[in-house]
Amino acid sequence: MTSETPAALAKAAERPRPALSMSTGRAGDRIFAGLSRGSGLVILAIMAAIAVFLVWKAIPALQDDKANFLTSQEWNPDGAPAKFGIAQLVFGTLMTSVLALVMAVPVAVGIALFITYYAPRRLAGVMAYLVDLLAAVPSIVYGLWGLNFLVTKMTGVSGFLNSYFGWIPLFGGSETGGRTILTAAIVLAIMILPIISAITREVFVQVPHAHVEAALALGATRWEMIRMSVLPFGRSGMVSAAMLGLGRALGETIAVAMVLSTTAGIDWHILKDGGNTFAANIANTFAMSGPTGRSALIASGLVLFVITLLVNVGARAVVARRKEFS
Amino acid sequence: MAKRIEVSGLHAYYGGTHAIEDISMTIEPRSVTAFIGPSGCGKSTFLRTLNRMHEVIPGARVEGKVMLDDEDLYDSSVDPVAVRRVVGMVFQRPNPFPTMSIYDNVAAGLKLNGVRGKRRLDEIVEESLRGANLWNEVKDRLGKPGAGLSGGQQQRLCIARAIAVQPQVLLMDEPCSALDPISTLAIEDLIGKLKSQYTIVIVTHNMQQAARVSDRTAFFNIAGTGKPGKLIEIDDTSKIFTNPEQKGTEDYITGRFG
Ligand SMILES: Nc1ncnc2c1ncn2[C@@H]1O[C@H](COP(=O)(O)OP(=O)(O)OP(=O)(O)O)[C@@H](O)[C@H]1O
Ligand SMILES: [Mg+2]
Repeated sequence: MTSETPAALAKAAERPRPALSMSTGRAGDRIFAGLSRGSGLVILAIMAAIAVFLVWKAIPALQDDKANFLTSQEWNPDGAPAKFGIAQLVFGTLMTSVLALVMAVPVAVGIALFITYYAPRRLAGVMAYLVDLLAAVPSIVYGLWGLNFLVTKMTGVSGFLNSYFGWIPLFGGSETGGRTILTAAIVLAIMILPIISAITREVFVQVPHAHVEAALALGATRWEMIRMSVLPFGRSGMVSAAMLGLGRALGETIAVAMVLSTTAGIDWHILKDGGNTFAANIANTFAMSGPTGRSALIASGLVLFVITLLVNVGARAVVARRKEFS
Repeated sequence: MAKRIEVSGLHAYYGGTHAIEDISMTIEPRSVTAFIGPSGCGKSTFLRTLNRMHEVIPGARVEGKVMLDDEDLYDSSVDPVAVRRVVGMVFQRPNPFPTMSIYDNVAAGLKLNGVRGKRRLDEIVEESLRGANLWNEVKDRLGKPGAGLSGGQQQRLCIARAIAVQPQVLLMDEPCSALDPISTLAIEDLIGKLKSQYTIVIVTHNMQQAARVSDRTAFFNIAGTGKPGKLIEIDDTSKIFTNPEQKGTEDYITGRFG
């Protein structure tokens, strides 16, 4: 053994050494770098192509529009003078989605916390599985359930909320019903619950043990520990999760189209039948629209595209602002 | 304020693994007790049984008695959260709360204890940072994140955080092992200063450190891999390092090991 060592060393010394200039140019690295740069560019190209397509198809209708596209609440693009605007759609889309988010985020975070920090291990596994299963339900099923079950139940609930909490402006008004913005928001909330909860759960699991123990060793209760260590660590993850959920809610089509009884005009009373969203409007009217109507719908799709982009940019800004502390 | 700890017949387990076996010792108030011994012999495990942090690990449990003056920490009526408020802990790796400012890190435990009022908090935060020999270095950037400090400063921040709530006992698990000699010295000085008020227990792999800072030293050992760790002896530090009772202790401190 010992007599071999010098020989082995000499042999190792003879092995050709890579020249320094070669070290960055390995074929594998180059191929991988090319692939990832390529896929990045493809995504940008697809985004640009979608935008160009939408703009191209939207221009004819926008030129014909006799109403203000941004502020009009009317939707009559195939009328004699074509008159249409997106104000009501913006309102309905944001209202249903934001309400859905307001309802879904606390529940989703609660579920994620329960699964990661409170539930016994076996129950946690089952719960996580069930929540993930919710994500696999097709949206048409949510639509059917919303229309056939929730809408009937919500008629009573709306009446109750209106008579006891009518002093809250959103719950006010003289009419109540079941096919309302609130009902659509509830259906959306259930639909976006699994994704928000799955992502927040993932983040909560990654909280470093050292942070958890730091809080516990100071004499924090479990809930105090969660507030000191888990939630701050998970904040940007929760924001991303909420934004992903919001993105899904903004674009959800069929379930909302089925639940809402679409009427024209902005109405802040969310317990009243009515409301409309970009996606529901497209789904409900595309088939019976003429050429101008279709072009107008595409213009509205373009606006939805921009809104979703803005939501994502906003989310990134929120995440970036917390960077200094993480 | 400082309290005496009396441990008797203490065993600790990780699931089915028996980690430490039948430990009994007395830790005197207003003194520094050092734990030494080879890696894996259960020093950290034992330390964490003294503030009920051991049971935080899933499946971990403890048998035996730990008396803090006349209260048994493992009595069924005792709330582990309350125990940790009087027995503070500093970890091997500095672990300031990363999303909190320096100020908020120190104030974190105070807020848990219901200390309110900006004036009162300001006072205690300054006092604790001074106590941890960190005030002069951070007084101009109390609002900056604690994670932006150097490792040694972070560790002193953790000590400030632990002493801010005025615990009766302070447990330190290799507090200097991630630090340079200068920061180590700063922390050793600090330990010397703190012992007039607290009961301090420190785990260390550095014999010189044990000799420098502690009044009493406990030597732990392990019979072999998979066997539980045991307390071999505990005595005055000068005695342990010059004339220990046990052969095993002598072998360990003189470096003839195994
Ligand atoms: N979280 C854990 N789960 C299971 N076993 C553990 C865990 N932590 C420690 N152990 C085991 O318990 C025994 C004692 O470990 P402990 O960390 O207390 O040793 P130590 O004396 O502090 O060692 P070191 O000097 O390296 O820090 C070891 O055999 C170790 O493998
Ligand atoms: Mg250890």
